[in-house]
Amino acid sequence: MNRLSKLLYKEFLLETRQQYSFYGLLLYIGTTLFVLFMAIDQPDAAIWNGLFWVNLLFICINAVAKSFLQESRGRMLYFYTLTSATDFLLAKLLFNALLMLLMSSISLFLFTLLLGNPMQKAVPFIGLVLLGGISLSLVFSFLAAIAAKAQQNAAIMAILGFPVIIPQLVLLMRLSSTTFSPLLSIPWTSAALLVALDALIVLMSVILFPFLWKD
Amino acid sequence: MNKNWWKILSAVLLVYTIVAGLLGPVPALPLLEETIRNLYFHVCMWFAMMILFTVSVVYSIQYLRTLDLRFDIYARHFAVTAIVMGLLGYATGAIWASYTWADPNKPLVNSFSTIARDPKLIGAAIALLVYFAYLILRDAILDIDKRARISAVYNIFAYAILFPAIWILPRILPSLHPGNDGNPALDVKNDISSSMRLVFYPAIIGWTLLGVWITTLKIRLQLLADKKLIA
Repeated sequence: MNRLSKLLYKEFLLETRQQYSFYGLLLYIGTTLFVLFMAIDQPDAAIWNGLFWVNLLFICINAVAKSFLQESRGRMLYFYTLTSATDFLLAKLLFNALLMLLMSSISLFLFTLLLGNPMQKAVPFIGLVLLGGISLSLVFSFLAAIAAKAQQNAAIMAILGFPVIIPQLVLLMRLSSTTFSPLLSIPWTSAALLVALDALIVLMSVILFPFLWKD
Repeated sequence: MNKNWWKILSAVLLVYTIVAGLLGPVPALPLLEETIRNLYFHVCMWFAMMILFTVSVVYSIQYLRTLDLRFDIYARHFAVTAIVMGLLGYATGAIWASYTWADPNKPLVNSFSTIARDPKLIGAAIALLVYFAYLILRDAILDIDKRARISAVYNIFAYAILFPAIWILPRILPSLHPGNDGNPALDVKNDISSSMRLVFYPAIIGWTLLGVWITTLKIRLQLLADKKLIA
Protein backbone atom coordinates (compact mmCIF):
# COMPACT_ATOMS: atom_id res chain seq x y z
CA MET A 1 0.00 0.00 0.00
CA ASN A 2 2.82 2.29 0.93
CA ARG A 3 4.67 1.47 -2.26
CA LEU A 4 1.52 2.06 -4.26
CA SER A 5 1.04 5.53 -2.82
CA LYS A 6 4.71 6.34 -3.42
CA LEU A 7 4.41 5.27 -7.05
CA LEU A 8 1.23 7.26 -7.43
CA TYR A 9 2.97 10.26 -5.93
CA LYS A 10 5.78 9.81 -8.45
CA GLU A 11 3.27 9.89 -11.31
CA PHE A 12 1.79 13.14 -10.02
CA LEU A 13 5.22 14.60 -9.53
CA LEU A 14 6.22 13.72 -13.10
CA GLU A 15 3.01 15.24 -14.39
CA THR A 16 3.61 18.51 -12.57
CA ARG A 17 7.26 18.63 -13.59
CA GLN A 18 6.50 17.96 -17.25
CA GLN A 19 3.43 20.06 -17.67
CA TYR A 20 3.66 20.22 -21.43
CA SER A 21 1.81 16.90 -21.80
CA PHE A 22 -1.02 17.98 -19.51
CA TYR A 23 -1.52 21.30 -21.23
CA GLY A 24 -1.05 19.59 -24.58
CA LEU A 25 -3.96 17.34 -23.72
CA LEU A 26 -6.12 20.29 -22.70
CA LEU A 27 -5.27 21.99 -25.96
CA TYR A 28 -6.11 18.80 -27.84
CA ILE A 29 -9.57 18.74 -26.29
CA GLY A 30 -10.05 22.43 -26.95
CA THR A 31 -9.01 22.37 -30.59
CA THR A 32 -10.94 19.18 -31.42
CA LEU A 33 -14.07 20.69 -29.95
CA PHE A 34 -13.50 23.93 -31.78
CA VAL A 35 -13.23 22.03 -35.07
CA LEU A 36 -16.47 20.20 -34.25
CA PHE A 37 -18.06 23.54 -33.31
CA MET A 38 -17.09 24.95 -36.69
CA ALA A 39 -18.17 21.83 -38.58
CA ILE A 40 -21.67 21.46 -37.15
CA ASP A 41 -23.88 23.68 -35.11
CA GLN A 42 -26.35 22.28 -32.61
CA PRO A 43 -26.34 18.56 -33.53
CA ASP A 44 -29.35 16.54 -32.42
CA ALA A 45 -29.04 14.23 -29.44
CA ALA A 46 -28.03 11.06 -31.31
CA ILE A 47 -25.21 12.78 -33.18
CA TRP A 48 -24.11 14.64 -30.05
CA ASN A 49 -23.90 11.31 -28.26
CA GLY A 50 -21.85 9.65 -31.01
CA LEU A 51 -19.47 12.60 -31.32
CA PHE A 52 -19.00 12.83 -27.58
CA TRP A 53 -17.96 9.21 -27.10
CA VAL A 54 -15.74 9.05 -30.16
CA ASN A 55 -14.09 12.24 -28.99
CA LEU A 56 -13.56 10.77 -25.53
CA LEU A 57 -12.03 7.68 -27.13
CA PHE A 58 -9.40 9.73 -28.93
CA ILE A 59 -8.70 11.86 -25.88
CA CYS A 60 -8.16 8.66 -23.92
CA ILE A 61 -5.65 7.29 -26.42
CA ASN A 62 -3.67 10.51 -26.26
CA ALA A 63 -3.87 10.79 -22.49
CA VAL A 64 -2.93 7.22 -21.72
CA ALA A 65 -0.44 6.45 -24.49
CA LYS A 66 2.48 8.20 -22.84
CA SER A 67 2.06 6.47 -19.48
CA PHE A 68 4.12 3.46 -20.46
CA LEU A 69 5.82 4.84 -23.55
CA GLN A 70 7.61 7.49 -21.47
CA GLU A 71 9.35 4.86 -19.33
CA SER A 72 12.70 4.10 -20.88
CA ARG A 73 14.24 0.65 -20.75
CA GLY A 74 16.66 1.68 -18.05
CA ARG A 75 13.96 3.20 -15.92
CA MET A 76 11.83 0.06 -16.20
CA LEU A 77 14.80 -1.95 -14.98
CA TYR A 78 15.14 0.43 -12.04
CA PHE A 79 11.48 0.01 -11.12
CA TYR A 80 11.91 -3.73 -11.48
CA THR A 81 14.45 -3.69 -8.68
CA LEU A 82 12.28 -1.44 -6.50
CA THR A 83 8.68 -2.61 -6.70
CA SER A 84 6.42 -5.47 -7.67
CA ALA A 85 4.61 -5.65 -10.99
CA THR A 86 1.21 -5.36 -9.33
CA ASP A 87 2.04 -2.15 -7.48
CA PHE A 88 3.57 -0.59 -10.55
CA LEU A 89 0.59 -1.47 -12.73
CA LEU A 90 -2.02 -0.43 -10.16
CA ALA A 91 -0.33 2.94 -9.71
CA LYS A 92 -0.45 3.48 -13.47
CA LEU A 93 -4.08 2.36 -13.74
CA LEU A 94 -5.12 4.56 -10.84
CA PHE A 95 -3.30 7.60 -12.16
CA ASN A 96 -4.69 7.17 -15.67
CA ALA A 97 -8.20 6.70 -14.29
CA LEU A 98 -7.88 9.96 -12.33
CA LEU A 99 -6.47 11.74 -15.37
CA MET A 100 -9.34 10.50 -17.53
CA LEU A 101 -11.90 11.53 -14.88
CA LEU A 102 -10.58 15.06 -15.16
CA MET A 103 -10.35 15.01 -18.95
CA SER A 104 -13.84 13.57 -19.45
CA SER A 105 -15.33 16.19 -17.15
CA ILE A 106 -13.57 18.94 -19.06
CA SER A 107 -14.71 17.61 -22.42
CA LEU A 108 -18.27 17.22 -21.13
CA PHE A 109 -18.22 20.83 -19.97
CA LEU A 110 -16.91 22.06 -23.33
CA PHE A 111 -19.38 19.90 -25.26
CA THR A 112 -22.36 21.35 -23.43
CA LEU A 113 -20.92 24.82 -23.81
CA LEU A 114 -20.24 24.67 -27.55
CA LEU A 115 -22.54 22.01 -28.99
CA GLY A 116 -25.63 22.42 -26.82
CA ASN A 117 -27.01 20.36 -24.00
CA PRO A 118 -29.25 17.41 -24.90
CA MET A 119 -29.23 16.01 -21.35
CA GLN A 120 -32.61 15.47 -19.77
CA LYS A 121 -31.23 13.66 -16.75
CA ALA A 122 -27.95 15.36 -16.03
CA VAL A 123 -26.74 13.49 -12.95
CA PRO A 124 -26.94 9.94 -14.40
CA PHE A 125 -25.27 11.15 -17.58
CA ILE A 126 -22.39 12.75 -15.69
CA GLY A 127 -22.04 9.53 -13.72
CA LEU A 128 -21.91 7.59 -16.99
CA VAL A 129 -19.29 9.89 -18.44
CA LEU A 130 -17.08 9.38 -15.40
CA LEU A 131 -17.62 5.61 -15.50
CA GLY A 132 -16.92 5.62 -19.24
CA GLY A 133 -13.74 7.62 -18.72
CA ILE A 134 -12.51 5.08 -16.19
CA SER A 135 -13.42 2.12 -18.44
CA LEU A 136 -11.59 3.61 -21.40
CA SER A 137 -8.52 4.47 -19.33
CA LEU A 138 -8.28 0.95 -17.86
CA VAL A 139 -8.38 -0.81 -21.22
CA PHE A 140 -5.99 1.58 -22.92
CA SER A 141 -3.52 1.62 -20.02
CA PHE A 142 -2.92 -2.08 -20.43
CA LEU A 143 -2.74 -1.78 -24.21
CA ALA A 144 -0.25 1.06 -23.77
CA ALA A 145 1.87 -1.35 -21.78
CA ILE A 146 1.69 -3.87 -24.64
CA ALA A 147 2.47 -1.19 -27.24
CA ALA A 148 5.42 0.08 -25.19
CA LYS A 149 6.84 -3.42 -24.85
CA ALA A 150 6.43 -3.99 -28.58
CA GLN A 151 8.34 -0.74 -29.10
CA GLN A 152 5.49 0.65 -31.16
CA ASN A 153 3.78 4.00 -31.20
CA ALA A 154 0.25 4.99 -30.24
CA ALA A 155 -1.07 3.83 -33.61
CA ILE A 156 -0.81 0.18 -32.66
CA MET A 157 -2.67 0.99 -29.44
CA ALA A 158 -5.60 2.12 -31.52
CA ILE A 159 -5.51 -1.03 -33.67
CA LEU A 160 -5.34 -3.27 -30.61
CA GLY A 161 -7.78 -1.28 -28.54
CA PHE A 162 -10.67 -0.28 -30.77
CA PRO A 163 -12.10 -3.76 -31.30
CA VAL A 164 -11.75 -4.54 -27.60
CA ILE A 165 -13.47 -1.34 -26.49
CA ILE A 166 -16.42 -1.49 -28.95
CA PRO A 167 -18.71 -3.58 -26.69
CA GLN A 168 -18.20 -1.14 -23.82
CA LEU A 169 -18.72 1.87 -26.08
CA VAL A 170 -21.94 0.38 -27.44
CA LEU A 171 -23.18 -0.14 -23.89
CA LEU A 172 -22.16 3.38 -22.88
CA MET A 173 -23.83 4.98 -25.90
CA ARG A 174 -27.02 3.04 -25.33
CA LEU A 175 -27.08 3.94 -21.67
CA SER A 176 -26.40 7.60 -22.33
CA SER A 177 -29.05 7.85 -25.04
CA THR A 178 -31.63 6.88 -22.40
CA THR A 179 -30.61 9.90 -20.35
CA PHE A 180 -31.45 12.19 -23.27
CA SER A 181 -35.11 11.31 -23.15
CA PRO A 182 -37.33 12.00 -20.14
CA LEU A 183 -39.47 8.95 -20.90
CA LEU A 184 -36.90 6.16 -21.13
CA SER A 185 -35.78 4.54 -17.92
CA ILE A 186 -32.10 3.84 -17.39
CA PRO A 187 -31.22 0.13 -17.60
CA TRP A 188 -29.21 -0.27 -14.42
CA THR A 189 -28.22 -3.84 -15.24
CA SER A 190 -26.19 -2.52 -18.18
CA ALA A 191 -24.44 -0.07 -15.87
CA ALA A 192 -23.67 -2.94 -13.49
CA LEU A 193 -22.35 -4.90 -16.46
CA LEU A 194 -19.96 -2.07 -17.28
CA VAL A 195 -18.65 -2.04 -13.72
CA ALA A 196 -18.22 -5.82 -13.90
CA LEU A 197 -16.29 -5.51 -17.17
CA ASP A 198 -14.03 -2.90 -15.54
CA ALA A 199 -13.34 -5.27 -12.67
CA LEU A 200 -12.54 -8.00 -15.19
CA ILE A 201 -10.11 -5.70 -17.02
CA VAL A 202 -8.27 -4.82 -13.81
CA LEU A 203 -8.10 -8.49 -12.87
CA MET A 204 -6.76 -9.55 -16.28
CA SER A 205 -4.22 -6.71 -16.26
CA VAL A 206 -2.92 -7.70 -12.84
CA ILE A 207 -2.64 -11.34 -13.90
CA LEU A 208 -0.96 -10.66 -17.24
CA PHE A 209 1.28 -7.68 -16.52
CA PRO A 210 4.07 -9.69 -14.83
CA PHE A 211 4.64 -11.44 -18.18
CA LEU A 212 5.10 -8.12 -19.96
CA TRP A 213 7.19 -6.66 -17.17
CA LYS A 214 9.95 -9.26 -17.29
CA ASP A 215 12.18 -8.65 -20.27
CA MET B 1 -3.61 -45.26 -38.62
CA ASN B 2 -4.46 -45.12 -34.92
CA LYS B 3 -3.83 -41.42 -34.80
CA ASN B 4 -5.78 -40.65 -37.93
CA TRP B 5 -9.21 -41.88 -36.92
CA TRP B 6 -10.47 -38.35 -36.34
CA LYS B 7 -9.48 -37.27 -39.84
CA ILE B 8 -11.55 -40.12 -41.29
CA LEU B 9 -14.35 -39.20 -38.90
CA SER B 10 -14.20 -35.59 -40.10
CA ALA B 11 -14.39 -36.61 -43.76
CA VAL B 12 -17.25 -39.05 -43.11
CA LEU B 13 -19.20 -36.51 -41.07
CA LEU B 14 -18.77 -33.82 -43.71
CA VAL B 15 -19.89 -36.14 -46.52
CA TYR B 16 -22.89 -37.01 -44.33
CA THR B 17 -23.52 -33.31 -43.66
CA ILE B 18 -23.52 -32.41 -47.32
CA VAL B 19 -25.60 -35.37 -48.49
CA ALA B 20 -28.10 -35.42 -45.65
CA GLY B 21 -28.05 -31.65 -45.39
CA LEU B 22 -29.03 -31.11 -49.00
CA LEU B 23 -31.39 -34.09 -49.36
CA GLY B 24 -32.80 -34.65 -45.87
CA PRO B 25 -36.22 -33.51 -44.68
CA VAL B 26 -36.56 -29.95 -43.38
CA PRO B 27 -39.64 -28.20 -42.02
CA ALA B 28 -41.19 -25.83 -44.56
CA LEU B 29 -41.16 -22.52 -42.72
CA PRO B 30 -42.43 -19.28 -44.23
CA LEU B 31 -39.68 -17.04 -45.59
CA LEU B 32 -36.92 -19.49 -44.64
CA GLU B 33 -38.10 -22.28 -46.97
CA GLU B 34 -35.15 -24.29 -48.25
CA THR B 35 -32.55 -21.76 -47.11
CA ILE B 36 -32.79 -23.36 -43.70
CA ARG B 37 -30.32 -25.94 -44.98
CA ASN B 38 -27.67 -23.24 -44.65
CA LEU B 39 -27.88 -23.93 -40.91
CA TYR B 40 -25.57 -26.90 -41.42
CA PHE B 41 -22.93 -24.64 -42.93
CA HIS B 42 -23.36 -21.10 -41.62
CA VAL B 43 -23.88 -21.83 -37.92
CA CYS B 44 -21.21 -24.53 -37.90
CA MET B 45 -18.63 -22.04 -39.20
CA TRP B 46 -19.23 -19.83 -36.15
CA PHE B 47 -19.09 -22.78 -33.80
CA ALA B 48 -15.81 -23.87 -35.37
CA MET B 49 -14.46 -20.30 -35.15
CA MET B 50 -15.30 -19.95 -31.46
CA ILE B 51 -13.83 -23.35 -30.65
CA LEU B 52 -10.62 -22.67 -32.59
CA PHE B 53 -10.18 -19.21 -30.99
CA THR B 54 -10.59 -20.88 -27.62
CA VAL B 55 -7.97 -23.48 -28.52
CA SER B 56 -5.66 -20.66 -29.58
CA VAL B 57 -6.07 -18.94 -26.20
CA VAL B 58 -5.46 -22.19 -24.35
CA TYR B 59 -2.16 -22.59 -26.21
CA SER B 60 -1.28 -18.97 -25.41
CA ILE B 61 -1.82 -19.68 -21.72
CA GLN B 62 0.23 -22.84 -22.14
CA TYR B 63 3.00 -20.77 -23.73
CA LEU B 64 3.12 -18.33 -20.83
CA ARG B 65 3.32 -21.25 -18.40
CA THR B 66 6.11 -23.11 -20.17
CA LEU B 67 7.74 -20.54 -22.51
CA ASP B 68 7.95 -23.30 -25.11
CA LEU B 69 7.93 -21.70 -28.58
CA ARG B 70 5.99 -24.63 -30.00
CA PHE B 71 2.86 -23.48 -28.17
CA ASP B 72 3.23 -20.03 -29.69
CA ILE B 73 3.18 -21.55 -33.17
CA TYR B 74 0.09 -23.57 -32.21
CA ALA B 75 -1.68 -20.46 -30.91
CA ARG B 76 -0.95 -18.47 -34.04
CA HIS B 77 -2.08 -21.11 -36.50
CA PHE B 78 -5.28 -21.91 -34.63
CA ALA B 79 -6.09 -18.19 -34.66
CA VAL B 80 -5.50 -18.00 -38.43
CA THR B 81 -7.73 -20.99 -39.16
CA ALA B 82 -10.39 -19.53 -36.90
CA ILE B 83 -10.25 -16.27 -38.88
CA VAL B 84 -10.76 -18.24 -42.11
CA MET B 85 -13.75 -20.00 -40.53
CA GLY B 86 -15.13 -16.62 -39.47
CA LEU B 87 -14.79 -15.22 -42.99
CA LEU B 88 -16.58 -18.29 -44.36
CA GLY B 89 -19.26 -17.75 -41.72
CA TYR B 90 -19.73 -14.22 -43.04
CA ALA B 91 -19.89 -15.47 -46.63
CA THR B 92 -22.53 -18.11 -45.84
CA GLY B 93 -24.39 -15.63 -43.65
CA ALA B 94 -24.43 -13.04 -46.42
CA ILE B 95 -25.97 -15.54 -48.83
CA TRP B 96 -28.57 -16.47 -46.25
CA ALA B 97 -29.38 -12.86 -45.37
CA SER B 98 -29.76 -11.91 -49.02
CA TYR B 99 -32.70 -14.35 -49.24
CA THR B 100 -34.28 -13.66 -45.88
CA TRP B 101 -33.39 -10.23 -44.49
CA ALA B 102 -32.75 -8.10 -47.55
CA ASP B 103 -35.53 -5.83 -48.78
CA PRO B 104 -36.70 -7.45 -52.06
CA ASN B 105 -37.90 -4.11 -53.43
CA LYS B 106 -34.47 -2.51 -53.36
CA PRO B 107 -31.12 -3.49 -54.84
CA LEU B 108 -29.25 -5.88 -52.58
CA VAL B 109 -26.47 -3.39 -51.82
CA ASN B 110 -28.90 -0.95 -50.23
CA SER B 111 -29.85 -3.41 -47.52
CA PHE B 112 -26.24 -3.88 -46.47
CA SER B 113 -25.96 -1.07 -43.94
CA THR B 114 -29.16 -2.14 -42.18
CA ILE B 115 -28.13 -5.77 -42.01
CA ALA B 116 -24.59 -4.97 -40.88
CA ARG B 117 -25.99 -3.20 -37.82
CA ASP B 118 -27.18 -6.47 -36.33
CA PRO B 119 -25.48 -7.06 -32.95
CA LYS B 120 -24.40 -10.59 -33.84
CA LEU B 121 -22.68 -9.35 -36.96
CA ILE B 122 -21.00 -6.62 -34.94
CA GLY B 123 -19.85 -9.15 -32.37
CA ALA B 124 -18.38 -11.40 -35.03
CA ALA B 125 -16.73 -8.43 -36.73
CA ILE B 126 -15.12 -7.40 -33.44
CA ALA B 127 -13.77 -10.90 -32.88
CA LEU B 128 -12.22 -10.91 -36.35
CA LEU B 129 -10.79 -7.40 -35.89
CA VAL B 130 -9.18 -8.43 -32.61
CA TYR B 131 -7.47 -11.36 -34.25
CA PHE B 132 -6.38 -9.30 -37.25
CA ALA B 133 -4.84 -6.92 -34.71
CA TYR B 134 -3.22 -9.94 -33.04
CA LEU B 135 -1.55 -10.88 -36.34
CA ILE B 136 -0.42 -7.27 -36.93
CA LEU B 137 1.03 -7.10 -33.42
CA ARG B 138 2.93 -10.33 -34.02
CA ASP B 139 4.46 -9.05 -37.23
CA ALA B 140 5.40 -5.75 -35.60
CA ILE B 141 7.78 -7.41 -33.14
CA LEU B 142 11.01 -8.82 -34.50
CA ASP B 143 12.44 -10.61 -31.47
CA ILE B 144 10.98 -14.13 -31.46
CA ASP B 145 10.64 -14.68 -27.72
CA LYS B 146 9.30 -11.21 -27.13
CA ARG B 147 6.83 -11.63 -29.97
CA ALA B 148 5.59 -14.89 -28.52
CA ARG B 149 5.18 -13.46 -25.03
CA ILE B 150 3.54 -10.15 -25.92
CA SER B 151 1.16 -11.66 -28.43
CA ALA B 152 0.19 -14.37 -25.95
CA VAL B 153 -0.61 -11.66 -23.40
CA TYR B 154 -2.72 -9.76 -25.92
CA ASN B 155 -4.48 -12.94 -27.03
CA ILE B 156 -5.52 -13.78 -23.48
CA PHE B 157 -6.45 -10.20 -22.55
CA ALA B 158 -8.56 -9.62 -25.66
CA TYR B 159 -10.28 -12.99 -25.44
CA ALA B 160 -11.12 -12.58 -21.76
CA ILE B 161 -12.74 -9.20 -22.32
CA LEU B 162 -14.22 -9.72 -25.73
CA PHE B 163 -15.97 -13.03 -25.49
CA PRO B 164 -18.08 -12.30 -22.41
CA ALA B 165 -19.08 -9.06 -24.10
CA ILE B 166 -19.95 -10.85 -27.34
CA TRP B 167 -22.11 -13.31 -25.50
CA ILE B 168 -23.85 -10.63 -23.44
CA LEU B 169 -24.34 -7.82 -25.98
CA PRO B 170 -26.77 -9.65 -28.31
CA ARG B 171 -29.04 -10.30 -25.33
CA ILE B 172 -29.29 -6.57 -24.68
CA LEU B 173 -29.55 -5.12 -28.18
CA PRO B 174 -32.49 -5.68 -30.53
CA SER B 175 -31.83 -8.08 -33.40
CA LEU B 176 -33.37 -9.89 -36.34
CA HIS B 177 -31.05 -12.83 -35.92
CA PRO B 178 -32.58 -16.09 -34.63
CA GLY B 179 -32.16 -17.00 -31.00
CA ASN B 180 -32.90 -13.60 -29.51
CA ASP B 181 -34.15 -14.74 -26.15
CA GLY B 182 -31.71 -16.93 -24.33
CA ASN B 183 -28.91 -18.45 -26.33
CA PRO B 184 -27.38 -15.89 -28.72
CA ALA B 185 -26.48 -18.42 -31.42
CA LEU B 186 -29.71 -20.34 -31.55
CA ASP B 187 -32.01 -22.23 -29.27
CA VAL B 188 -31.31 -25.78 -30.37
CA LYS B 189 -34.22 -27.30 -28.47
CA ASN B 190 -36.96 -25.11 -29.92
CA ASP B 191 -35.66 -23.53 -33.09
CA ILE B 192 -34.89 -26.61 -35.13
CA SER B 193 -36.72 -29.88 -35.60
CA SER B 194 -35.33 -33.16 -34.32
CA SER B 195 -34.56 -34.42 -37.83
CA MET B 196 -32.41 -31.35 -38.41
CA ARG B 197 -30.58 -31.83 -35.16
CA LEU B 198 -29.48 -35.25 -36.45
CA VAL B 199 -27.51 -33.46 -39.15
CA PHE B 200 -26.65 -30.31 -37.22
CA TYR B 201 -24.66 -31.84 -34.37
CA PRO B 202 -22.48 -34.06 -36.59
CA ALA B 203 -21.96 -31.06 -38.89
CA ILE B 204 -20.50 -28.97 -36.03
CA ILE B 205 -18.11 -31.75 -35.10
CA GLY B 206 -17.19 -32.37 -38.73
CA TRP B 207 -16.40 -28.73 -39.56
CA THR B 208 -14.46 -28.23 -36.33
CA LEU B 209 -12.38 -31.34 -36.96
CA LEU B 210 -11.70 -30.11 -40.49
CA GLY B 211 -10.45 -26.84 -39.01
CA VAL B 212 -8.18 -28.72 -36.62
CA TRP B 213 -6.91 -30.90 -39.47
CA ILE B 214 -6.00 -27.89 -41.61
CA THR B 215 -4.30 -26.29 -38.63
CA THR B 216 -2.23 -29.35 -37.75
CA LEU B 217 -0.94 -29.49 -41.32
CA LYS B 218 0.10 -25.83 -41.14
CA ILE B 219 1.67 -26.33 -37.72
CA ARG B 220 3.71 -29.26 -39.01
CA LEU B 221 4.99 -27.15 -41.88
CA GLN B 222 5.90 -24.32 -39.54
CA LEU B 223 7.63 -26.66 -37.09
CA LEU B 224 9.73 -28.02 -39.94
CA ALA B 225 10.59 -24.49 -41.08
CA ASP B 226 11.56 -23.44 -37.56
CA LYS B 227 13.35 -26.66 -36.71
CA LYS B 228 16.53 -24.86 -35.72
CA LEU B 229 14.75 -22.46 -33.38
CA ILE B 230 12.80 -25.02 -31.42
CA ALA B 231 15.56 -27.53 -30.74
